This record gives sequence, C-alpha cells and structure tokens, in this order.
Amino acid sequence: MNTSSPSFSSSAADRRLSALVRHLEGSSLNVLDSRSRSIAASPTSGSHGAGNSVFDHVVRAPEDPILGVTVAYNKDPSPVKLNLGVGAYRTEEGKPLVLNVVRRAEQMLVNDRSRVKEYLPIVGLSDFNKLSAKLILGADSPAIQENRVTTVQCLSGTGSLRVGAEFLARHYHQHTIYIPQPTWGNHPKVFGLAGLSVKTYRYYDPATRGLNFQGLLEDLGSAPSGAIVLLHACAHNPTGVDPTPHQWEQIRQLMRSKALLPFFDSAYQGFASGNLDTDAQSVRMFAKDGGECLVAQSYAKNMGLYGERVGALSIVCRTADVASRVESQLKLVIRPMYSNPPIHGASIVATILKDRSLFQEWTIELKAMADRIISMRQQLFDALRSRGTPGDWSHIIKQIGMFTFTGLNSKQVVFMTKEYHIYMTSDGRISMAGLSSRTVPHLADAIHAAVTRVA
Amino acid sequence: MFGRILASGAVGAARSMSTAWWRHVEPAPKDPILGVTEAFLADPSPNKVNVGVGAYRDDNGKPVVLECVREAERRIAGNLNMEYLPMGGSVNMVEETLKLAYGENSDLLKDKRVAAVQALSGTGACRLFADFQKRFSPDSQIYIPVPTWANHHNIWRDAHVPQRTFHYYHPQSRGLDFASMMDDIKNAPNGSFFLLHACAHNPTGVDPSEEQWREISHQFKVKGHFAFFDMAYQGFASGDPERDAKSIRIFLEDGHLIGCAQSYAKNMGLYGQRVGCLSVVCEDEKQAVAVKSQLQQLARPMYSNPPVHGALIVSTILGDPDLKKLWLKEVKGMADRIIGMRTALRENLEKLGSPLSWEHVTKQIGMFCYSGMTPEQVDRLTQEYHIYMTRNGRISMAGVTTGNVGYLANAIHEVTKSG
Repeated sequence: MNTSSPSFSSSAADRRLSALVRHLEGSSLNVLDSRSRSIAASPTSGSHGAGNSVFDHVVRAPEDPILGVTVAYNKDPSPVKLNLGVGAYRTEEGKPLVLNVVRRAEQMLVNDRSRVKEYLPIVGLSDFNKLSAKLILGADSPAIQENRVTTVQCLSGTGSLRVGAEFLARHYHQHTIYIPQPTWGNHPKVFGLAGLSVKTYRYYDPATRGLNFQGLLEDLGSAPSGAIVLLHACAHNPTGVDPTPHQWEQIRQLMRSKALLPFFDSAYQGFASGNLDTDAQSVRMFAKDGGECLVAQSYAKNMGLYGERVGALSIVCRTADVASRVESQLKLVIRPMYSNPPIHGASIVATILKDRSLFQEWTIELKAMADRIISMRQQLFDALRSRGTPGDWSHIIKQIGMFTFTGLNSKQVVFMTKEYHIYMTSDGRISMAGLSSRTVPHLADAIHAAVTRVA
Repeated sequence: MFGRILASGAVGAARSMSTAWWRHVEPAPKDPILGVTEAFLADPSPNKVNVGVGAYRDDNGKPVVLECVREAERRIAGNLNMEYLPMGGSVNMVEETLKLAYGENSDLLKDKRVAAVQALSGTGACRLFADFQKRFSPDSQIYIPVPTWANHHNIWRDAHVPQRTFHYYHPQSRGLDFASMMDDIKNAPNGSFFLLHACAHNPTGVDPSEEQWREISHQFKVKGHFAFFDMAYQGFASGDPERDAKSIRIFLEDGHLIGCAQSYAKNMGLYGQRVGCLSVVCEDEKQAVAVKSQLQQLARPMYSNPPVHGALIVSTILGDPDLKKLWLKEVKGMADRIIGMRTALRENLEKLGSPLSWEHVTKQIGMFCYSGMTPEQVDRLTQEYHIYMTRNGRISMAGVTTGNVGYLANAIHEVTKSG
C-alpha cells in the first residue's frame, strides 16, 4: 500500500492543555552558551565570511507538555504502559481510526479525474461553508435562511479561533475576552497573539468536580459591557464539565443583558453525547435569540480529520448586509496569513455532509465513538467502586466528552507513571479515548493505589 | 446601548437592544489578484481569456494535476490515519524540501544548522517568518522590492513589521534597475532585513543575472544585511530546480545565514493543498533547535499544526526516485510550455507591426510578464476584449495558449499601438 511511507512522529500532538498544566520536562529553557556557538569549518559554509546570526539571542521555547507525555510514554519499555494524554480517538485496540465514510469520500475524490487542486477562494470551499453552518446552527436556522451568517473555512478549531479573534481585535469595540478557568492551554495564546487581552471567569469547582455556576454568573456579571466571552459549546476541555440546558439559558440571559459577545468553541459536536443536534443546543440557543455570536467549528475529532486541519468560523450577524461586509473583512485577515485554506479535508467533509447516505453513516460511526467513550467512563467508575477506592468517583460518569478531570494531584500522577506506567498530564486529566475494556482494570488499580498510598 | 437588565428570558428580547456590533464595518476592497478571477468567472463572453492569477494551465487552457501527484494520491488514499502532524509539520517532507533549496549534499543540512518547519505554502512561510522577525528582531524593518507580489505588503504589515522599499524594476528598460538597487542596499542601515525573490520575480519576471547576484551577495556581506528569499517558482522558471536555486546557493557559499520560504503551489501544482516550508539558517545545531522551537510557538496559536495531505503527496513523490524523476520531467514540461508561449506572444506582436519593443516578453522569466501596459490599457483589454489581468499590466503566461495567443497579441496591439 504505502510503498514509501513517510516517517513522521506518530504522536498526536494533543492540543488540549489545561491552563494549570505544569511542564513535565525539567529544563525547558536552554539559554545559549556562547562557547557552543561554533561555525562549521567546512568549505561550503564560508566560515570566514559568515556573520553572527541575528537570531543569536533566541532561546529554546519550552516543550509542549503533552508532547512530553508522549515522548516519555514512547521511551517506556513496559508492556502494560498506557498513554492517556493523547487527545485523539483510539479504538478498543488502541489504534487511531479513519472513519469508513471518510475513506469512502476520499476514494470518491481520488477517482474523480475531473478534480483539480487549484486554489480555493480565500473564504474556502463554498459547499463546505454552507453545510458547516447548517450543521452547527441547524438546517432550519432563521439566521441562515435570512443570510445573516457568514461562514469561512479555516484551519480546524485553532485557525477558526484565530481568524475570529483577529477580526474582533480589528473591528470590535471591546478587546477583552473572558475565558473559562481552566481551558485548553492554547486558548490564551491564540487570543493574545491576535491582540485581545485575556481575562478568566470561574468555571471548574475542584470541590465538587463540577461547575462553579455561582462563580461563573458572578464573574460574567461583573464583566464590562460588550466584553467577549469564550464558551465551550459542549464537552468542556479539559474538565468535561458542561452547564445543563437550564444553566445555559441563564447564561444566555445574563450575557444578552450585559451585551456580552459570545464566542463559541465547538470542537466536539456529536462526539460528546453521540447526537449532533444535542451537542449544538448551546450554540443554537444563542443563535436563535436574534443576537450576534461567533462559532469556531472543528472536524478534527468528530470526523477524525485531525491532521487535515478542517474547520469553519461562522459569525451570526444582525443583517445580511452586515454579514457580507464582515465576510469581506475576514478575507483581509486570512489573505496575509495563508491566502486560502487547504482543499483536501474540506472536500471530504463536504462530500459526506451533502450525501444523505454518507451523512447517515457518519452519524452512526460518530455515535459508536461517543458510545465507546461513555462505556469506558462507566467501566472505570464500576471498577473503582468494586475496588472500594475511597472517594466519590461519580464525576467520571457525569463529565462528558473525551477527557476526565480525575481530581488526582500531581504527586499521585507521578506515582501512577512510575509504578503503573500510566501516562497523563500532571493536572490529573485523562483521555478516555486512550482506554479500552482490556486496560480499564490496570488504570483502576493504579488510581486505587495512588489514592490510598499517596497523599 | 441599553443598560436595562432583562426581567424575563423572552426570546427576542435581545432584538430590542441596539447591539449593532458591526454597523461600522466597511466593505473591504477586493483582493486585486483574486478579484480578477472572480470577474473572469462572471463574464459570459466566449472569447474571454484569463491571464490574471498565477496558476498553470495547459495548452487547452485547463488546470493541470501532475501525473506524479495523481500517483502519489492513489498511494496515500486510505492512509492508516490522519493524525496530527507535529507543530513543525512532516519531518520527512521538510527534509526533502530543504534538499531542493540548499542542495542534496549541503553541509548545512548535514550539520543540522537549518531550522525548518512545514508552512502553509509560500504565504504561510512568509507570514511565519514575519511574525518571527517581529518577535525576535523587534526593532527591524523589512525592505521590499518595487514592485512585488501585493500580498507581501499585507503579510509584513499584519506581522507589525515596518516596511521600506528598494528599487528593483526599471520601467524604461522593463528590466532590472541594478544601479539603484545596489544604492539602496548600500544606503540601508547595516544589518537590515531584505526580501528577495529567489527566481522568477513576481510580478515582473525580471531576475538579476548570476553575476549581479554575486555582487548583491557581496554587498550584503559588507553591510551585514539579512537575506530572506521567497522562492515560489523553483523549477518553474528555467525548468531546472538546481539552476533556479542559484541565487540562494551563491548567498550560502558566501556564508550568509539566510531565511527561505518555499512553496509547492506552482511547481507541484499543489495550489489548494497549501504546502510549503520556512527555513532559517543558523550558526549551529543548538541554535537551529532553538529557532525551530520558536517558529513552532508562532504556528501553534495560528493553526496548531499544518495539514497532512499535501505534505504526504510531496514526501511520497520526493522520496521515490521514479516519482521524483517524473516530477522533474513534468516541471520542465510546464516551464518549457511557458517559454514557448513567451516566444509566440512576442513574435505575434512583432508580426502585427507593433511600434513598441516586446523583447522583455522573452527576456523575463517565470510565470509572469510585466507587459508595461498602463491600468487604462488593461481596463480596455478587459472591457473591449474580455481579457483579464491585474491592473499593473502583469500577464500570467500560464494562461496563454496556442489557441489564444493570437487573440491576445492582437488585443494588446490594439490598445498599445498609439503609444
């Protein structure tokens, strides 16, 4: 099949970092030693003529904490090792998964000789954009029907967030964005580099391992009018803690009363509950109240298209005219960043979304992935209960999505790695996707030991 | 803006608030280059010709997918997984790509002195470098040739790097204004950053000669300037990738620590896949590791990691000797067709008895011909002849075919014959 398969790192660089994650690697900064600065004496390097580098002062950036986990995992020779840092879906056999619908769509694309690889428009593939908007907002969304939504294809969730943030930094009157505590580690960097200033609102309650709803309402309530608020549409990363529909409604009312601008990050639609519409409820609640909002969508997880970088940014506007002007300005953000988005992944998505039977098949595969995750949650919970592990572990089945915030502390995590070869981030977050029925008992043993033997 | 707290959760209550977030948003001007194709597509005329955007066309005016690309795609379809690439992209693809720019046996590569990451084609590579320049040489400016690809200005502006220009194109001769260019290089403060087109300058098609490149490199050494090469047409200009990289090799021989943006959009026809590479030559391996890590830190909040598909195509082709041979043949084929069209266009214009000199059409190199026509003449071409090009008079030779070269020559003659 792959006669000359390229070898690139197999580690899925887990994009979901907690703001509380501490680096696992010790020496993260590598200040240049002037003695180590040597210019090779070989003829072609022109050692006699070379100037000093203008980037001589550049220090090595800290290692990505998640990659550190996978690097350590890869080095471990133990046959029972388990990588629970990875934020990518794995099968029961621990393998990455390409969905059948994706394979089929790809084959269709490859076999279609009439297809070319020309540049997409700056805003991306038109079909993809329309279908993506429908997917998140609902096919019957009045905003869509009234042409009040502008959708641009972007590079997965990250790219959608960045383009949206750059647009806000240039055209929105308020340059502060409130992000939940904790959140994906890349969020503050995305918004910061775009020129927004980042503040936080209370979200996770370590005591209950649930939502700090009071704190959330207080913090959003005291935000300046017009401030931007980042909301995880479902399956909050890293905690897995989501507001209930009732709580979402209260959040919506509060935000609209203070003219706070919602910016949704939707990275797990369909993956959280197994149902695409259910997982979009929070977004749709806001979109249908007539107000404006931004939504960043990713197909990395729910279509397994991680490395293809497929996503979309939608901005729901007051009027069609505004939406059109907004779109033209989004193009000005995109063009000097990468000109136009990559065609392959978006073509796969569009092929699937526009074909009834492919779409159906996708929903079934999606539900299967979500169900497997939910089943792992249940199995782990049962295993801990049957071991009589001290503590309340119900959050494992209450939290939703790919990750569980176990509540284990960093000492316990280190213990689990050393004694049981379990790899996870030091904030106690585990990826349920990395578990299987076979490995749940081992993890349960490790947690039990950590909780009973390590303070 | 209403300050009223809503008493109830009635849907539509928000409508009564004047949350006119975007009322002040002006419609943005259309992109001058991509806007041309939009206009072309909207034109119903059967005679219309698109010599606007720089995407290759075959002699039937059709876009081309290279055979080597089709074969590579067949091999990678049904790939085991579509997992995230590392932030720096496909290591394999980057390695092969660096060989193209720096030479198969480059000591720099052997000594691991080149920091490199996969980037979103040429645009993405330039933008990453501009962001990096801003962060680590915050007081620097970028010197940009006049003219240049319009998006260069946008890129460095959005990276918040101040811009200056240097002389490049000589309108009277439709060639290089070498003397003024050298003056600008000498007069710039020591250690300035310069953007150079490695080959097939866009939009003029005017490149320095090898001798001129050597002089430029020497002057750069004297002044301690930083050279950033945008190489979007390697292989596409002369038909020979090694030859097209000559400017870079000259600088490397002289010991310059350059930066380089590479793109596979044109030379592999991978336009929409957005595959490219950004590299920065460092003093040693340790520095290269540091620089690469910082480039990744800039990519992460922009798109996290680059797209895998295009990179797989590139590494499949370049990693297989037979496919690589096929690619080189196909690239030469494209370049040869362009060169053939240059000759045909010039001959046609001369045969029509044009009072002007069209020597530059065959002297210039690469995809574009800077015709020397004025915006008004270009407008006439569009309005009267349905010929689409950018208003700076740039003709994309890739859009010229044996079928339309006569029509094109005639139209150009008509709008230019009165001087």
